[in-house]
Amino acid sequence: MTFLTRLAASAALLALSAGLAAADPALIYDLGGKFDKSFNEAAYAGAEKWKAETGGTYKELEMQSEAQREQALRRLAETGANPIVMTGFAFAEVLKKVAPDYPDTRFVIIDSAVEGANVQSNLFADEQGSYLAGVMAGMATKTKTVGFIGGMDVPLIRNFACGYVQGVKSVDPAIKVLQNMTGTTPAAWNDPVKGGELAKAQKAQGADVIYAAAGGTGIGVLQAAADEGILSIGVDSNQNHLHPGKVLTSAIKRVDTAVYDAFKAGTEVEVGKTNIWDVAHDGVGVAMDDNNKPLVSDEMAKAVEDARAKIASGELKVVNYNTGNACPVQ
Amino acid sequence: MDYATVLQILDSALRLMTPLLLACLAGLFSERSGIFDIGLEGKMLIAAFAAGAAGALTGSVWLGLGAAVLASLALAAIHGMTAITFRGNQLISGVAINFLASGLTVLLGQSWFGLGGRTPALEGGARFATITLPGAEALRGVPVVGPLYAEVLSGHTLPVYVALALVPATWWLLYRTRFGLRLRAVGDNPASVDTAGVSVVRLRWAAVAITGVLCGLAGAYLAAGLSAGFVKEMTAGRGYIALAALIFANWMPWRALGATFLFGLMEAVANRYPEIDLGPVTIPSMFMSALPYILTVIILAGFIGRATPPRAGGEPYVKER
Repeated sequence: MTFLTRLAASAALLALSAGLAAADPALIYDLGGKFDKSFNEAAYAGAEKWKAETGGTYKELEMQSEAQREQALRRLAETGANPIVMTGFAFAEVLKKVAPDYPDTRFVIIDSAVEGANVQSNLFADEQGSYLAGVMAGMATKTKTVGFIGGMDVPLIRNFACGYVQGVKSVDPAIKVLQNMTGTTPAAWNDPVKGGELAKAQKAQGADVIYAAAGGTGIGVLQAAADEGILSIGVDSNQNHLHPGKVLTSAIKRVDTAVYDAFKAGTEVEVGKTNIWDVAHDGVGVAMDDNNKPLVSDEMAKAVEDARAKIASGELKVVNYNTGNACPVQ
Repeated sequence: MDYATVLQILDSALRLMTPLLLACLAGLFSERSGIFDIGLEGKMLIAAFAAGAAGALTGSVWLGLGAAVLASLALAAIHGMTAITFRGNQLISGVAINFLASGLTVLLGQSWFGLGGRTPALEGGARFATITLPGAEALRGVPVVGPLYAEVLSGHTLPVYVALALVPATWWLLYRTRFGLRLRAVGDNPASVDTAGVSVVRLRWAAVAITGVLCGLAGAYLAAGLSAGFVKEMTAGRGYIALAALIFANWMPWRALGATFLFGLMEAVANRYPEIDLGPVTIPSMFMSALPYILTVIILAGFIGRATPPRAGGEPYVKER
């Protein structure tokens, strides 16, 4: 019995030290899951790119519930993973608490800003990418009505909506924008049935382009839009291929680049700073590929390019919802 | 609000009602026989997954539906085994089934398709086709009733009509057949049924099996009718709303139709008008989504009407020795 215990103990020690020596980077996906065809999948793509290039290995973890966040962070920090990258604004509060306890580990948070000597924050100018999507929607609509469907009703998603509305109104202030949020709980990220119903309700009110910023719920929106014969706009990852010729564009967010950069820098990843990923740094934009080529007129492509250049140069300011918690246009 | 809007909302309500109605009738059979079933959610979820997976692999909605019913029946069998054969706690068994379905769908989905628990999108023959009712186009011109028939009643997929037809069928089965009489008796007083020489165990197993089939249909409708493919946790609490509707309906089939239609209507209205402006107050959409539960609590508390569940519900039957 004692022999067995000792054996088990030494095996455990061995396993622990092996973990420490490796110092692999780690990636934590938020609720919604690794393959949400959207935000988390973009992070996964970045990590896979790093893996293919360097041949390294990384640890990954998918959140299953709100309660796991702190435990997951602590566990990964204790196994010696460095740096630890996490996707999602919801980690901000937990990270504030956990980061000081592991001063030798470097944390990278995407989609939120957290202060700390060992934390790198990455913020995306979602409103700018959504603005460009809004410009395209505004030019594509024939009924002068477009729609927006958000996932969980949080300021981050309101920011998407706000940028989108600004973009639409820049084309023609008379265009009506219908807005719906799927819900107020995390279940709102995974309800394609409700997403589809919301899309049908917006179509019934005249919308012919619908922008979905709603994780897995968005899959239902894109499907319903394709079924009903109207256009949709995807989010975060390039979703144009989901329904070729029916998805006008996708407001992409280069989460993959952020994750890739963090993994590449490894334990030397810069901390104590906040990276802003905006159109000037190619952090956000709209996806153009063969799938949506027939939908994008030269005029539309030019308008988007103009808007992009103006935002990048600072000539055009897109209002961020989070400054002032209100949107100037509805 | 014009007439066209009313029709669109009713149309949406009918679609949203269907999974609730099927699950509610499923629960009705089980609970009327004395077996509480909070595993409706789990059975619907695994059925949705099976419909999505089989539909994606075979390209046939009928094979998808078959797989959905089988998967749901398998979980119903687990519930029957615990609750009837081994006389375990029915609530705990139901909770276990919900967890099992929630984990199993993602695990199997990931290992089969590698899409993180999603199934590939269903296309064409792997989804339920819409059915245009006879005369829908001809009657469209008739004022008031015509559009109602053509836009609201016509143009749905098969499970919607099956669900509607199941309401009178359930009523007839429960109140006009020998099987129904015995089923109701076994939920209220199993000892008397046993005394009459009828097998309590067999009746309860039959009820649980019917529950499995109906949940299978509800799940298949979610994955292959309302959306195109399975997404993890896509039932999003509909099994629980169906339970609430069952209490609201006082365990009766016609009232189940009324309750689930009311809940579907509330969701459809909330989808169309996220914020309802009533002059001095604005009703937020959160209130509308909480309303089914609030109404159920009010009913259970006895403020409006009274909920009278089957008397022997939740108790395993032990033959006196």
